[in-house]
Formats: sequence, C-alpha cells, structure tokens
Amino acid sequence: MAKDLKEKIGFFTLRLSALLVLLILFIILFDIITKGISVISWEFLSTAPRRNMTEGGIFPAIYGTFLVTIITAFVSVPLGAFGAIYLNEYAKKGWITRLIRMAIRNLAGVPSIVFGLFGVGIFVVLFDFGPSILSAGLTLALMTLPITITSSEEALKTVPRSYRDGSLALGATKWQTIKNNVLPVALPGMLTGSILGLARAAGETAPILFTGAAFFLPYLPDSIFSQFMALPYHLYILATQHHSISTVRPIAYGTALVLITLVLIVNMAAIIVRNKLRNKYKR
Amino acid sequence: MENQYKLEVKNLDFYYDKFQALNDINMKVPAKKITALIGPSGCGKSTFLRTINRMNDLIENTHLTGEVLFDGNNIYAEKVDVVELRKKIGMVFQQPNPFPKSIYDNIAYGPRMHGLKNKEKLEELVVESLKKAALFDEVKDRLDKSALSLSGGQQQRLCIARALAVKPDILLMDEPASALDPVATAKIEDLIADLKNNYSIVIVTHSMQQAARVSDNTAFFLMGELIEYDTTETIFENPSDQRTEDYITGRFG
Amino acid sequence: MRREIREKAIELFFLLNSLVVIIVLIGIFYILLSNSIPAFREIGLNEFFTSARWNPTSFSKIEYGILSKIVSTLMITFGAMIFAVPLGVATAAYLSEIADPKVRQILKPVIEILAGIPSVVIGFLGIVLLGPYIARTFNLSNGLNALNGAILLAIMSLPTIISLSEDAISAVPKSYKNASLALGASRWQTLVKVTIPSALSGIIAAIMLGMGRAIGETMTVLMATGNAPRMPSSIFSSLQTMTATIAIELGEVPHHTTHYYALFAIGLVLFVMTFIVNLVSDIILHKYQEVE
Repeated sequence: MAKDLKEKIGFFTLRLSALLVLLILFIILFDIITKGISVISWEFLSTAPRRNMTEGGIFPAIYGTFLVTIITAFVSVPLGAFGAIYLNEYAKKGWITRLIRMAIRNLAGVPSIVFGLFGVGIFVVLFDFGPSILSAGLTLALMTLPITITSSEEALKTVPRSYRDGSLALGATKWQTIKNNVLPVALPGMLTGSILGLARAAGETAPILFTGAAFFLPYLPDSIFSQFMALPYHLYILATQHHSISTVRPIAYGTALVLITLVLIVNMAAIIVRNKLRNKYKR
Repeated sequence: MENQYKLEVKNLDFYYDKFQALNDINMKVPAKKITALIGPSGCGKSTFLRTINRMNDLIENTHLTGEVLFDGNNIYAEKVDVVELRKKIGMVFQQPNPFPKSIYDNIAYGPRMHGLKNKEKLEELVVESLKKAALFDEVKDRLDKSALSLSGGQQQRLCIARALAVKPDILLMDEPASALDPVATAKIEDLIADLKNNYSIVIVTHSMQQAARVSDNTAFFLMGELIEYDTTETIFENPSDQRTEDYITGRFG
Repeated sequence: MRREIREKAIELFFLLNSLVVIIVLIGIFYILLSNSIPAFREIGLNEFFTSARWNPTSFSKIEYGILSKIVSTLMITFGAMIFAVPLGVATAAYLSEIADPKVRQILKPVIEILAGIPSVVIGFLGIVLLGPYIARTFNLSNGLNALNGAILLAIMSLPTIISLSEDAISAVPKSYKNASLALGASRWQTLVKVTIPSALSGIIAAIMLGMGRAIGETMTVLMATGNAPRMPSSIFSSLQTMTATIAIELGEVPHHTTHYYALFAIGLVLFVMTFIVNLVSDIILHKYQEVE
C-alpha cells in the first residue's frame, strides 16, 4: 500500500515536471504571439523604422538577418558537409579522428560571446573586413560549424552500408561510391540538419554585436562590407537601449514575434523533414 | 593444367584484430565450375569469400598473411589495383542490395563508373545483363522504375545482373538465397547453374542441399580451417574426415 | 596509378575540411590569449582575479578586477541548476520511462523548439514578463536581478539537460530493470534505485553540458540581471556576469587599449571555464559509453 502510494506520488511528480516544461514553452509563445500580433502588418514587415524607431517597420532588420544568414550558409554548410564526409567515410580510428571529434564537441560549447570576440579579433581587426556583413556571417559560420558537421554526419550514417559495399564490389572507387551512391541519398538529410544550425545562427545576437550589426541605418546595406541591421539585435535595442522603452514596447513584441516565427518555421520544417527521412532508409 | 584453376589460395591466415578467423587455408578453385563453401556459422566461409575480392580491406583492424593467386598473380601483392580486381571478381551479397535508383541505372552503375558513356552500348549492355540474369522479361517494360519496387528474388537477380554488367571473370556469392522464399531460391539456383558456362563461381551457402544441387566442388570449413575439399559428390557421399561426415549428416551445428 | 593519386587527393581535401574545427578552436584560443597578455601585463594577474572592483573608466582610480563577475556568473549558473536539474531530469525520466510513445513523439520536438528560441527573446521576456512578476511577488522596486537571470538560464539549459539525460536513461539495459521488477520492486523503486543510478554518469554529463551553456549565455543575463557591476549579496541583487560585461563594453572601447584587452582576458577566462566543464562532461560521457 505504501509502496503503491509512493509510486503514484513519484510518477505524478514526473508528469508534473514534463507538464511544467510544456507550460513554460506555452507561456513564452502565448505572451509573444498575443502581444506581438497586433503590430504585424504588411507595412511593419516591408518598411524601415521611422521617427527614431518609434514608428514604421523592421524591414532592414529582416533583410540584414537574411543577408548574414546567406553568408553563414555559404561557408558553414559546405565546410560542415565536407568535414562530415571525412569523418563518416574516410576517418579511421586514431588520434586525428579523436582530436577532430573532441574539437567539434568543445567548439559546440564555446560561448557565443567568445565567438564574438574571436570575430572581432580575426575578421574585423586582423583581416580588416571591419564590422560588416562578411565579418558577422563568417563568425556565425564558425559558430554553427559543429551543428552542420554533426547533423551532416548523422545523415550520412543513415545510408545503409550495403550501398557502399555494393558499389565498391562493382569496382567503383571510394570517391565514385560516395559521389554516386552515398551523397544522393544523404543530401536531403544533410541539408535539413544544416538548416537547423542556420536557424540558430539567425537568432543569435552576441556574435554579431561587434562584428557588424548596427543600431540603426538609414539605408539598406549595399555590399558585404556594409554594416547591417539584424532582427535579434534590433529586439535587444528596442528592449534595452532605446531612450523611450515603453513607447517602442509593442514594436519590440512585434519584432520578437517575427523572429521566433522565422526561427520556428525553419526549425519545424527541418524537424519534420528529418523525421521523415530517418524512417525512409531504416531497414 | 595451370590454366584450369582460376584461383589458388596459399597458406592464407586472416585476423580480425587478434582473433584468427582463417587458419592456413590452401585451396584451388577451378575455372567455369561452381565451388561451394559450407560449414556452420562463424566457421570463416564468408570471411574467406571476402578475401577473394579484398572486401575485407574495408574492415578496420584486419590483417592477412599468405597468398591468393588470381590467374597466377597474387592479389595481395603491393601494386595490385583493388578497383581493377573488383571489376574482374564480382560479388553478390546475402541481402539483396539494389541501389535506390531505377532498374536501368542499377545495371548501368558499374559500366558508367568504368567510363562507358555511349548510350547505345550502355543500353545494349543493360539488356544483355538482364537477360543473362533471367530478369529481362519480367522488367523490360519498367526499366525506369525504382529497383526497390521489385520483389526480393527479383532484387537478387538484379544484383546478379548488376555484377555481370561489369563483365567479371569470377562471381562470388555470399548466401545469395538465404533471404528468399523457396520459389525465388529455385530461380536463383537455375540461374547459377546457367552462369557456370561463362563464369567461375564461388558460393557460400548454409544449405547443404543447395550445395549438393548446384555445385561441382565443395569445401567444408570449421572454426577457421578448411577441413575437406573435394568434388561435391565425394564430400556428400564419401567424406574422408569424420567432422565432415558429422556435419553432412546433421550431427552438429 | 593516376586514379589512386586522385583518390588520395580527394581524401586529403575532406580531411583538410574537417581539420578546420581544430584550427578554429586553436585560433580562438590564440586570439583570446594574444589579446589578453597585454591586459595581464598591465593589470597584473593578482588584481585581475582577486579584486572585485571593475572601474575601467574611472577618473580617480582605474581598476580591472573581475572577481565579482566570476562570482556573479557562478551564482546564477548554480542558481539555474537548482531549477533546471530536478525539472530536467524528472522530465527526462518521464519521457523515457512513463510517457507512451505518442506523447513522447510530440514532446521531443516541443523540447527542440524550446531549444530553438533565440536567447534575446528569452531575455526580452525576462524584462517584460518575469521581471515585473518577481518585483510584485517579492515587493522589489524592480525584478532585474540574479533570481530572474537564474530562472531564464534554467529555461535555456533545460533542453540540453532533458534530451541528453533522456538518452542516458533510455540507454540503461532492459535486463537491469527487469531484474529489479522480478525481485518485487515497484516501477518507481526500480526507477529510483536502479535506472537513475545506472544512468547517473550520463545524467551528470548532461548537467555539466547544460551548465557550460549557462555559464556562456550572454543575451539573457545581459538583459535580465540589471547589470550592476558589484559583488552580489543576495538572490535579489542586480549583478553583471562576465559575458554581459563583454557584451556591454566591447562596443564602446577603442581597440588596442587596456580596457579592450581586459575584455579579451575575460573572454579567455570564460573560454577556459567552459572548456573545462565540457571536457569533464566529455570524459564522464566516454567512460560511461565504454561500460555500455
């Protein structure tokens, strides 16, 4: 009887915990959606801020985030994919492989602000790219590298071994096998995993604080060496740095809503596609 | 006399890390005959098969001593091109493993890898290979359909056709019918019997009846050793080693 | 032969790509170190680590002591763990041991979504939602303090703790549980006395990783903890963490000044701290995988 009661209370507590986690997510989404939705309009999405950011939209911030994410993708996705190909297809057990894997895990744990410092030290100052879309994009690319490598490798792992053996047994070389019989199967999974990493990069603030994000720009960036406005940084400004914080609060909520909508849509799409792919080649 | 043997294995030892999987194997495989490898699971017969086209190279921490002569040349000699070797020695796996491509592209895969680009020649080769594998009539109207849509038995014949398209000398088969139902198995066995006119075949099988039905010679493996190797008839009717007889009569395994 | 060279070259190409991660890691360390050394030289290690006063722009006495920042960082990190560990491990236990597969299939992506919410959004909610709530509840003038930061950091580290703990708990062999159940133990007793202890090293590794994340988190604490650069005295103190200091000040300092270098030095300390935490987690995790 006591045993039974203990179990009931115990399981109830665990259930409650899970429920609480759900509740937290619900509160976050609920608050932002209900308070942000009223500001959202076509004008909000398509025009620039006006009157010291107390009116108008957030288009330059959306555009800037988009540009930076493109740079990030161009560097991080191929680098991650190629690295993963080495690890999954070529690497043999040994100290190099162990070192690479250790570096990936540790890089994943490096604080985002430290990436920001690194970006300043190397791209802004040393390479003299200045604070720019390029510097910020590269900084974010290095930050997402552990995610793109790990998820690309996971996708390569889903390709059955028999595809490789079958091709090699026909006298195809290793590279022919990878190119013709492994990558076509793994590619969708590699891309969706990488996109998850990019979604995270798009929402990051700390690494772009000093590598190129601007408080306010009266014009859109015209080259990769321009500074830019970004959604997450814009939200930070509106929430803490604006001279009249309460006036711009609705705009801040709207910005937050746009930001999480973008990030969550990409996230969810990638998760759904990934789960579908995961089941496809299971056998 | 020399030429009638396709393969000659001399003092072959094979290790997975520290575990010795093959112990001093000596064996001659005749040309254009079917040689069956039998024995209880874990006896090393599949490992042995995979040493012949160097598929074991793909497994880390393996190690081999001795020689495997293919037409008189040691395939483990330093300058041997493994890719060329695998072209000459084809392999069919235990589980049918069609690639996730169309039937046509599956067969054309090997020739394309080896540089055949001419469309007509490629098509000719695909048809010819499918015919040799007795699959053409069943699939001729849907060559562009996914190979994964075929039945298990058809998939395995597709894999045989795919191997034939590379024009190998030797065909290695690792329990090619173990995943198939009796009807599909019979078709595969008929096919193997036909293929012997043009290819030297080495087949691993866990079914003694299958070895007895299709093979000319049979080798009995036990715990990494080649116990007895003779004509199939001798092995099944008059084995000289007690252990062979015990296995054949089902007294163990 | 030409083909073999080609194949080797291709392999080398991929190897070089994967070596980028090592180069970046070393590069980060190098940039931080080389920019920190001038700071250490000018400030002195003693003042840097043992003074709690940070007054880089003072007219009377310029001081660069990061002790209060280290204490602040550790305070809210451990505070966050007080919330996140029980909640995270309990949720993980629920997911892997009690929830039926359908519920699990819904919950796991939900937790991934939580992980995907940008930290600046969490920080924003710290200002507009949690801050006022804390102020009201505890009757404070404002709610931007250690408690606020700790709760937000807990939320941010929850996904890591949950998903890795769940992996650890699910990896416990069924035979252990069955043996316990067969001896007449209830499912609850089995969970508490057999399953969780067996998964303990994996759970600890998960907690360490969550902690590493909390130590390095920037935007949330920057926005929600009030940014008072002094030694915190209670959970209701405003404080300024190491990450927040860098974030606030780096934008305003001229390059190549002592102040600039001092911020890199904070970054170096941060890097070393998270590196150690991650390494320990890694070692624990690997020991645990070998036993498997």
